Amino acid sequence: MTATRDAQGRSSESPVLPLHAAPDPQRSAGPREPSVGTDRRRVDAPLKVTGTAPYAYEHPTTNPCHVWPVLSTIARGTIIGVDASRAAAVPGVIRVLTHADAPRLRVKADAGLWILQGPEVHHRGQIIGGVIADTPEAAREAAELLVFTYDEAPSKVELDPDGPDVTTAKVVLMRPGSETKGDPEQGWGEGVHRVDATYEHTAQYHAQMEPHAVIATWHEVSPLDVRATRLTLQDSNQGPLPHRLLLAPLLGLLPHQLDVSSPYVGGAFGGKAFPHPHLVLASLAAKIVSPRPVKLALTRQQMFSVVGHRAASSQHVRLAADAEGRLTMVEHVSTQAASRVKNSVDHSCMSTRMMYATPNRHTEHRVLELDVPPSTWMRAPGDFTGMFALETALDELAHTAGIDPVDLRVRNEPDVDPENGKPWSTRALVACLQRGAERFGWDERQAPGQRRDGEWQIGLGMASAVFPNMHMVTFAAKILFTGGRYVVQLQASDIGTGAHTVLAQIAADALGVDPDLVVTDIGRTGTPMAMVAGGSSGTYEWGNSVVAACEAFRRKHGLHPAEGASATGRSGPPKGSNKYSRNAFGAHFAEVAVSSVTDEVRVRRLLGVYAAGTIINPRTARSQVMGGMIMALSGALLEESYRDPRFGHIANGDLASYHVAAHADVPPIDVEFLPEHDPWFGAKGSKGIGEIGMVGTPAALGNAVFNATGKRLRSLPFTPSALAEA
Amino acid sequence: MPDQHSHPTTLTVNGERHDLVLDPRVSVLDALRDRLGVTSVKKGCDHGQCGACTVIADGRRIVSCLALAVSYDGAEVTTAAGLGSVGALGALQEAFVDRDALQCGYCTPGQVCSAEAMLAEAEAGMPSHVTADVAALDPVRLSPEEVRERMSGNLCRCGAYPNIVDAILDVAGERGLA
Ligand code: FES
Ligand code: FES
Repeated sequence: MTATRDAQGRSSESPVLPLHAAPDPQRSAGPREPSVGTDRRRVDAPLKVTGTAPYAYEHPTTNPCHVWPVLSTIARGTIIGVDASRAAAVPGVIRVLTHADAPRLRVKADAGLWILQGPEVHHRGQIIGGVIADTPEAAREAAELLVFTYDEAPSKVELDPDGPDVTTAKVVLMRPGSETKGDPEQGWGEGVHRVDATYEHTAQYHAQMEPHAVIATWHEVSPLDVRATRLTLQDSNQGPLPHRLLLAPLLGLLPHQLDVSSPYVGGAFGGKAFPHPHLVLASLAAKIVSPRPVKLALTRQQMFSVVGHRAASSQHVRLAADAEGRLTMVEHVSTQAASRVKNSVDHSCMSTRMMYATPNRHTEHRVLELDVPPSTWMRAPGDFTGMFALETALDELAHTAGIDPVDLRVRNEPDVDPENGKPWSTRALVACLQRGAERFGWDERQAPGQRRDGEWQIGLGMASAVFPNMHMVTFAAKILFTGGRYVVQLQASDIGTGAHTVLAQIAADALGVDPDLVVTDIGRTGTPMAMVAGGSSGTYEWGNSVVAACEAFRRKHGLHPAEGASATGRSGPPKGSNKYSRNAFGAHFAEVAVSSVTDEVRVRRLLGVYAAGTIINPRTARSQVMGGMIMALSGALLEESYRDPRFGHIANGDLASYHVAAHADVPPIDVEFLPEHDPWFGAKGSKGIGEIGMVGTPAALGNAVFNATGKRLRSLPFTPSALAEA
Repeated sequence: MPDQHSHPTTLTVNGERHDLVLDPRVSVLDALRDRLGVTSVKKGCDHGQCGACTVIADGRRIVSCLALAVSYDGAEVTTAAGLGSVGALGALQEAFVDRDALQCGYCTPGQVCSAEAMLAEAEAGMPSHVTADVAALDPVRLSPEEVRERMSGNLCRCGAYPNIVDAILDVAGERGLA
């Protein structure tokens, strides 16, 4: 999208839209085959394969300057001195920014964004300065010459789940952080078979391929009228809503004074849902050099402290079951690291509350605040972590009890949601488990350590998957008819999910036209407010608003609208849906080979079977769940971060040493969606699919490693050294 | 300092010649993106760790972030935009679209350039770590395993890998390499 401004500072934005065939007047509105449920090519793919879809840093700008962030090098303390003399002397430097002279922020809407306002250092990698220069090379060179001296304070950066400072979170995901049902200790006592184990992982990083970047332009229109000021952020984000809620007040702006665009996003995974502090630095720099645009692109290394991560955690699970494998007690206590600056708690025990039937249960979310950067949502926050623990513990129970792991889950299938007693909107977990077992050849599974292929020990493993409904608020969408096309407008972002493609399909059916006649204008303000692309909710939540807008459009303008006709529709969750427990379900099956020479784990096959409501577009849906499974495989086998306890930094903060899965790590992946229609999510019967591929997959892999080797790994990732030591 | 040390440098990008005067610290990647406005090449790490910046320079794939522009004076550089355009996609690009071999699309230009050069390497008989007979200099038959190995310098965090491999194998098949 390019945004230009007239003399009054009004924005005339021309979005770069995905390509569509020229409108064919013959294809008039009327009854037609539905597009929803059919395979459709990703509409923005031609732009992306030619490299011509513009990402944040790539929008054409005139005479931009560049700002380079400077990060703290201690974990905690106070800045007592700044020497900017050498930095300021670098040719091309416009301004050096530190807490001493940065413009003041206004409302502390988010403590993590409150940078350059004082000498305090809360964690290593905090933005404590910035250099504005004409070229990125000059800004970077000067940033390296900016010297801070500190008064260091003692710090604590490592998670100690049994430490004295651990506290219980009161509220998590708008529900009690801790809950107890029945008498867990009695249930533990009744158990014939028991598991008591702790599951862990280090901090994980989104590692989106597009580093966070922004072009910020501050338009100080008139010194007499501050309300006419506008800030434009050409950004990479999951939707502008959090920016307007958090950044605008911080900068002393009203929400509508902040224009945000993000037409193409090079990966997000939760890590671009909320504004991160680099946006504050870029905005302050833009204010200083107004009206010159300011470009900022974080380096890969800076991303490891500036833009959030999945917090390190430790999950303690106790399971007890009777002789038939029916659970008499489930306990799950999650302890996770959090930042003292701003703590965000992943809902790691929530799926444990609803997955299986048991009369006695205790779940609790605990937190330990540390001098580390803030964590944030990372793909399937909570569910990834919690289901790794629960689904591994179930495998341990199945082994102890001598019951097939698929069968054990079927035996504990609940009739209603065990947490709240609500009926399921739809729950086809058992169907997913059984279909998966059949498709995968689960009956070939042997006792642990029995199958070999040369040096390779072969094993099969499985786990259940779940992802909840996250739709809570009513939002809007607009349909505009122009140039013979219907334009769908709302603040949705396509972060690689296929939103451009599927929203057009949903609108096409609601309007009764060919999807090629529908264009999406999303990923910017200036369109109706919508929820961020997060919580796997976009398609059904935005889809509801789009259907409402299409219906309003047809009511208002009939089948032959005039040029420029438009209508807005609003929609929330379906009326009455809160009477139901609403979740997508699935099952993951994995075959691994573990080298008896090197202890390396190779994945040979991976299957995901899902009951996730109506699949709007099988092609993009398959890609999306496959992507989730692969990211989970990566987290399970490769992703390990090392936080240095002395200095608080991630010692392996780049892609050479924080390993993410590469081509050679990924086997053929098999996906099946079971036919399902759930009316309680959205208008089209769809559920969320963006994250469920992440859930349970690490457990399926770890359970397969156990089946191959007889070694039980309880910490991610399953590295050769972990196996060698097991 | 840029004034004292700047170097005249010529780059031909997607067939178009550019005469530049560059700070010697500027990489081919930054010359393309920041100086020439050629954004059909992406920056993912700037350290040769991700492959997003892959371009074809004088017929070979390089990670352009690790290549100083002044040392590529006179080079012919091809980015994804040079392999096809939206209205006239190249064969690999067409296959990527067909196979839905992308999600966010940020790694994609690098994957496409890398794949194009990789097919040429296979054709020239260049072996990989998984090639059984490294001495045979005949065109390599590209199995899925060969493609995965040869493409492992191009990371895709969205996890489009299986579809990328399928897309490349489609084209390899058309070219008699699979
Ligand atoms: S940007 Fe060059 S390899 Fe990552
Ligand atoms: S498509 Fe997003 S990183 Fe490859």
